[in-house]
Amino acid sequence: MSSPEYSTDEMMSIAAARALDDGMSCFVGIGLPSTAANLARRSHAPNLKLIYESGCLGAKPSRLPLSIGDGELAETADAVISVPEVFNYWLQPGRIDVGFLGAAQLDKFGNINTTVIGSDYADPKVRLPGAGGAPEIAASCREVFVVLRQSKRAFVEKVDFVTSFGHGSGRGDRERLGLPGAGPTLVVTDLGLMRPDPGTAELTLTHLHPGVEVEQVREATGWALKVADDLRRTPEPTEAELSGLRELKKAGE
Amino acid sequence: MAEIVSLADGVARLVHDGDTVALEGFTHLIPVAAGQEIIRQGRRGLTLVRMTPDIVYDQLIGAGCASKLIFSWGGNPGVGSLHRFRDAVQHGWPVPLEIEEHSHAGMANRYVAGASGLPFAVLRGYSGTDLAKHTATIKPITCPFTGEQLTAVPALNPDVTIVHAQRADREGNVQLWGIAGVQKEAVLAAKRSLVTVEEVVDELEPRPGALVLPSWAVTAVAEVPSGAKPSYAAGYYDRDNAAYQAWDAVSRDREEFGKWLAEVAA
Repeated sequence: MSSPEYSTDEMMSIAAARALDDGMSCFVGIGLPSTAANLARRSHAPNLKLIYESGCLGAKPSRLPLSIGDGELAETADAVISVPEVFNYWLQPGRIDVGFLGAAQLDKFGNINTTVIGSDYADPKVRLPGAGGAPEIAASCREVFVVLRQSKRAFVEKVDFVTSFGHGSGRGDRERLGLPGAGPTLVVTDLGLMRPDPGTAELTLTHLHPGVEVEQVREATGWALKVADDLRRTPEPTEAELSGLRELKKAGE
Repeated sequence: MAEIVSLADGVARLVHDGDTVALEGFTHLIPVAAGQEIIRQGRRGLTLVRMTPDIVYDQLIGAGCASKLIFSWGGNPGVGSLHRFRDAVQHGWPVPLEIEEHSHAGMANRYVAGASGLPFAVLRGYSGTDLAKHTATIKPITCPFTGEQLTAVPALNPDVTIVHAQRADREGNVQLWGIAGVQKEAVLAAKRSLVTVEEVVDELEPRPGALVLPSWAVTAVAEVPSGAKPSYAAGYYDRDNAAYQAWDAVSRDREEFGKWLAEVAA
């Protein structure tokens, strides 16, 4: 059987989708997380409950929404609720299994920056959109998955601004702050997968996507990346996964 | 009881220079026409409040109406950055813009406290983030019952809140349905409110799930068909995604934006 042709972005979306189990509830950010969550729901996880911060609970869109408040999400949702209700009744008490986030910068302890690039908050090099729902997603979901393309610019030793708390400066910081969720447990990129080390919480390469070598990942990471002893290969995308993703993308156009 | 007014009269009477103004709408029902009327009337020194300042706030900021922005996510949804907002924050153009930055949960709870007549709200969030270091309106608080360390945020009580809705009757009772965001809380938290609607009808048909702001909770209602475009109004028209994408090119360039502004102000 010959392997199908696919792009690194497609591998990333498919790897992210595979991380979601059927029946889970997932708090979805727009962009890559939304693509992955919608692909999972249309393939191996038909009972995945998608929750968008616009108040759409259990959305079942037939195409990819361009924004978290698209009418399609509201029309297909089990319920449409107010924004205070989303955050106070659903997210804060820990009712959501997985929070799926993107990032502008991510550091080796999984802390996320979506606020400013540059060390001076008052005079930033680049002003980014800001926090949105992410700080509470990072604090309160049972687990957090982060999906973003890997580059030295994005994967930094220490983020310029902690918008959403990951593992702080190492294992134990979340407990000390009283944060109820487990924080980032998985990072999915176009090159591979990373998980926090059980002892130190430092992000460690656990999987390489097909055709990618460790050196390539190291070159795209802004710190001395640790590699798991039992480093594995991500299985190739299946024809079904690829066609599912392409249909979804096509329907979004 | 809410008065039925024209958009120009409503803005002239309810929005003053230096006011704290919230135009709310979560992707859906964004009061774009009202924002552009504020630009046309040349308001200055406004403190603009909104969870998700999108292109209408980019327009207000670029037009020099605002001196401060209180917000939680400032972007062009699904497209990218707000370039007028960036220009004001990074280069003080056309006037410097002070920012007060929260998370969505923080903003939503600030409106809830405002609508509830309480001085502050409590949430479990912000811990470990740098937001608390830069925003004076985020403070730690200890639960008097359990001793848990939580976060307090002060109530938001805008001088005026403006929202858009589908329908009102001649008494000024408002029907709003679909994604309701934080509009009800923002209206109830404000000293004055203006609701622009797609249409004013003689009698409101009862509609399941329609959020009704009763006439006595609203200051004024203005009939503004298509008042949310390019955002959308469920039951009336869809979101114009192409317009959001097109805004990127207009706002990226000061000169292009200037041409746009001259047209709107005319």
